[in-house]
Amino acid sequence: MKLIRKQSKSSTDSAAHESAFDRRTFLKRSGLTASGAAVAASIPLGMMRRRAEAQTDSAPAQRNVEVKRTVCSHCSVGCGSIAHVENGVWVNQEPDFDSPLNLGAHCAKGASLRYHGMSEKRVRYPMKLVDGEWKRLSWEQAVNEIGDQFLKIREESGPDSVWWCGSSKASNEGSYLQRKFAAFWGTNNIDHQARICHSTTVAGVANTWGYGAMTNSYNDMHNCKSMLFIGSNAAEAHPVAMQHILRGKENGAKMIVVDPRFTRTAAHADQHVRLRPGSDVAFIWGLLWHIFENGWEDAEYIRQRVYGLEKIRQEVANWDPATCEEVTGVPEAEMRQVAQTLAENRPGTIVWCMGGTQHHIGNNNTRAYCVLQLALGNIGVSGGGANIFRGHDNVQGATDVGPNSHTLPGYYGLADGAWKHWARVWDVDYEWLKARFDNEREYDAGDGTMAPTMNIPGIPVSRWIDGILEDPENLSQRDNIRAVFFQGHAVNSQTRGPEMKKAIEKLDMVVISDPYPTHLAVMSERKNGVYLLPTCTQFEQAGSATASNRSLQWREKVIDPLFESKPDAAILYLMASKFGFADEMFKHIAVDDGGMPSSEDTLREINRGHWTIGYTGQSPERLKLHAEHRRTFDTTSLVAKGGPCDGETYGLPWPCWGNPEMGHPGTHVLYDTSKPVSEGGLTFRARFGTEHEGNNILAEGSYSKNSDIEDGYPEFSYGMLRRLGWHQELSADELATIAWVGGLREKPNGTVTEQDVSEFRTMESDALDAVNWKTDLSGGIQRVAIAHECAPFGNAKARAIVWTFPDEVPLHREPLYTARYDLVSKYPTYDDRKAFWRLPTLYASIQDTDYSGDYPLVFTSGRLVEYEGGGEETRSMKWLAELQQEMFVEINPADANDRGIRDNQWVWLEGPEGGRIKIRSMLTERVGRGVVWTPFHFGGWFQGKDLIDRYPEGSAPYIRGEACNTATTYGYDSVTQMQETKSTLCQIKAA
Amino acid sequence: MARMKFLCDADRCIECNGCVTACKNANEVPWGVNRRRVVTLNDGLPGEKSISVACMHCTDAPCAAVCPVDIFYTTTDGIVLHDKDLCIGCGYCFYACPFGAPQFPKTEAFGMRGKMDKCTFCAGGPPEDGSEEEFEKYGANRIAAGKLPACAEMCATKALLAGDGDMVADIYRQRVMRRAGRPQTWGWGKAYGEA
Repeated sequence: MKLIRKQSKSSTDSAAHESAFDRRTFLKRSGLTASGAAVAASIPLGMMRRRAEAQTDSAPAQRNVEVKRTVCSHCSVGCGSIAHVENGVWVNQEPDFDSPLNLGAHCAKGASLRYHGMSEKRVRYPMKLVDGEWKRLSWEQAVNEIGDQFLKIREESGPDSVWWCGSSKASNEGSYLQRKFAAFWGTNNIDHQARICHSTTVAGVANTWGYGAMTNSYNDMHNCKSMLFIGSNAAEAHPVAMQHILRGKENGAKMIVVDPRFTRTAAHADQHVRLRPGSDVAFIWGLLWHIFENGWEDAEYIRQRVYGLEKIRQEVANWDPATCEEVTGVPEAEMRQVAQTLAENRPGTIVWCMGGTQHHIGNNNTRAYCVLQLALGNIGVSGGGANIFRGHDNVQGATDVGPNSHTLPGYYGLADGAWKHWARVWDVDYEWLKARFDNEREYDAGDGTMAPTMNIPGIPVSRWIDGILEDPENLSQRDNIRAVFFQGHAVNSQTRGPEMKKAIEKLDMVVISDPYPTHLAVMSERKNGVYLLPTCTQFEQAGSATASNRSLQWREKVIDPLFESKPDAAILYLMASKFGFADEMFKHIAVDDGGMPSSEDTLREINRGHWTIGYTGQSPERLKLHAEHRRTFDTTSLVAKGGPCDGETYGLPWPCWGNPEMGHPGTHVLYDTSKPVSEGGLTFRARFGTEHEGNNILAEGSYSKNSDIEDGYPEFSYGMLRRLGWHQELSADELATIAWVGGLREKPNGTVTEQDVSEFRTMESDALDAVNWKTDLSGGIQRVAIAHECAPFGNAKARAIVWTFPDEVPLHREPLYTARYDLVSKYPTYDDRKAFWRLPTLYASIQDTDYSGDYPLVFTSGRLVEYEGGGEETRSMKWLAELQQEMFVEINPADANDRGIRDNQWVWLEGPEGGRIKIRSMLTERVGRGVVWTPFHFGGWFQGKDLIDRYPEGSAPYIRGEACNTATTYGYDSVTQMQETKSTLCQIKAA
Repeated sequence: MARMKFLCDADRCIECNGCVTACKNANEVPWGVNRRRVVTLNDGLPGEKSISVACMHCTDAPCAAVCPVDIFYTTTDGIVLHDKDLCIGCGYCFYACPFGAPQFPKTEAFGMRGKMDKCTFCAGGPPEDGSEEEFEKYGANRIAAGKLPACAEMCATKALLAGDGDMVADIYRQRVMRRAGRPQTWGWGKAYGEA
């Protein structure tokens, strides 16, 4: 046996000796000697680095390699990554050990990031489909042709006849401009993936306690004593989150996974509970039944901070163990074990994802999860919380600031006041903005009133095909959708494939702005009128992205745009120029010679307008400082210890109140009263008034640390400051701006003196009083509230009941397509609705038919670790594509044997609406009897046919397969229009 | 002097394949050649365990023992490397290896990747460290650059550890202590009964 190099070279030998591990320096570098073994064991392990980092970096330096810091674009964990770029080529990828979010770690997708810089499958130049052939265009030709046709459609059918789709894959700046662009075009017909991802979470959770976002963070899960995953498969969907989850588990947390499948996450759990798809509300009420029965609820917390729990108790009383088992399939002993684990191991967190959200009662599910956590007193505490894992890398940011059809950026809504707020931020005339919309007549807003289109939510991404197919008489807009513009979206993630195909074929034209051609380009039989615009990935531009925990991270540009690609924002600038509103839209955003709007300026504009959610403190300068000094942040608390960011939380998780100059540190754990607001503490938001049916709904005896008001209080307005006498603390500048917002003076220009505003100091004016923490563009109201350690948004109770929703108390309702038709009479769906998000929406008329005879298998879907979303991008990356080469369906061996199906054979899976997909069988007990599961990342096939010939030459992804949603069915959430993909029906036959 | 070892903590491995693509990325390994792969036992059943496997850089490597043309050598760091210029692609090492580590390109058997291909612990091969020739034939030499294998450095959950065997053992021992009586690495239950 040889222990020395066979062909020894002196240089390599000495290198080997020099770089050999030195135990002492290793321990020092990794911090293991710092404070003994107890700490050592909690330090993330496996990060064994060579002693001299300088040595690591010196190698690139000699070769003139640039080092860029970016963030993975494949899920919401926000993993940092280091790119080495040589002569413009991304030559090497290194782990970002200093990132407190991932500590260098990556899953299969993150470890493949460099492939984005070398994919051969990209759309290389603008193209259009002419008689079935893809023809190359110049950018100028493309923009002119598309623009002229859009303007013609606008002329004939109104601005609502073009439907825009933005993206969770865009940066905050890109997605913000997508929404702003639609507003300037004059429509609310713009939406993005969040609709079909966590819209029911945002609506349900925000209506419970204020904000519809993850309350804590991945890192905070180190502090959990128990963790309940329901409808979340973190091991495949958020793999790097598992680093934190398993650390929590190693710290002693009990881990429970509730899922119809025995997932890879369940394989690491202490307990796996198999529930029937679509029975989440019943499951949670079944848990609460045990909790209430045993008095395990947190009575004092509920008294101080929760409203409406009595009505929940009445409903929970219906869910005794036998009823619960009948509906969920979970036996009493298992239910009790879960309830007891949660009760005895507090604080505990709940994690949910699309397994919970994608139901027509998704908003009921999310509210039930919240109620469980409130009953246990788990919200607003480190180690507790509702850790809602978002999907795409910037789906949180795009939801917050980007393209949503029901609201302007920052959840301001669509009421006139919201438009006026944004007109002030954008520095445009409100009347001009209004004139951009279809003002011919008013339409059914769906709530019993008639309204102009400007105030009616646009058609959501789950329903765009109905905007094309529905009789225009039934629409709350002038005409059908006649053209679509998709920027960064996969249509194979939406249901009802055959109808989608019909809809695409009916359109005047289709524009796809994407790095890859996408399923949309090939799934229809169109021969003309499809345009492809080559669009950059996030590695070809700079900008910020918001991770699931609400932290913003700045991405440096890694490489120049590939081929003729342009970033989202640059394409929007071209289109805006064509339409003639670029000067208005980019009034305060510099555009460089290459036509790229400044990401920094765009973020500053975001900062100027997003007071509701505290996106105001995260200036580009602060984010870049955090990126530079990321190693100074604690990996559990995310707080910087020393250094220039001392005391701030990594990425300034929103709300980061006030102006950047105010220096708010960001909010790591939402609603945590143990800290002062100025240090990231919070109360529950007073969003729903101060009274309900004569009951006080403000907090009672609970307030954030050091608060000058030691009880509940409503949200802050100028009027409230005045009544408290705190308005005198506003500066002259702040008061001048407030007076301007209140319509009492001109916009402040230049220096404001005390004399200019002295009249307002004593004025009692409704207009002035009405200016509040959300509309005050000076930030003064927030500053003064926080100076008194009060939350600008008030201090209320969380509400366990939402009286503005179809189900005040979350109720179990059977899925529209249910295998348990016998339960429909007891747990029926809703009545059909005539105008809901501009469209007729069916419930009862679908559930009226029993499909469970011909389609007896419950069909649900989910993720594979190797791919993301619709998969167009990841299936075009060799390193990933090699690992999952075929679309398949998991079927229980018993169900397979009943159908004469062997493992790995071709089968037809057919949904009750007739969509059929030809895929491989995978026999596994991962799924229970009666349930089948498919991944949702495949595309490029349609009903048995590989569509490779329809892609522009050489651009078809390495791996193509049937989109599972070709076979999924109708069904939309009663509040948000979320699609019901996690519980429908199918039949499977050998092919 | 170090003796380099891998250790995959099966209680942390989630089969995310990050190690697999990290390896592809760092070494530009072609489609069809898998220097590292994740093996899952009891897939989809209670007791499911995954473990990431590559060349284990054995001290008394069976591949080296059987190789008819004697291409294997062990570096001073205890990394088992091989010389593709001498390899005849017979596959005898494949017989001998207990881990299925040796890979044989499906196409271009005598192409740029030479013949047998396997994990190098990101330590390249006989040509000069960091040279183009070394990268072409063997992939990255991160060890010479003062780094550890990409697979372990990028592991999503820090399940896969790589480095000096003593330090890997220390880290793993501390982690096991931390787990406070929970089941430990794969095989523990079988060897010592369920905890």
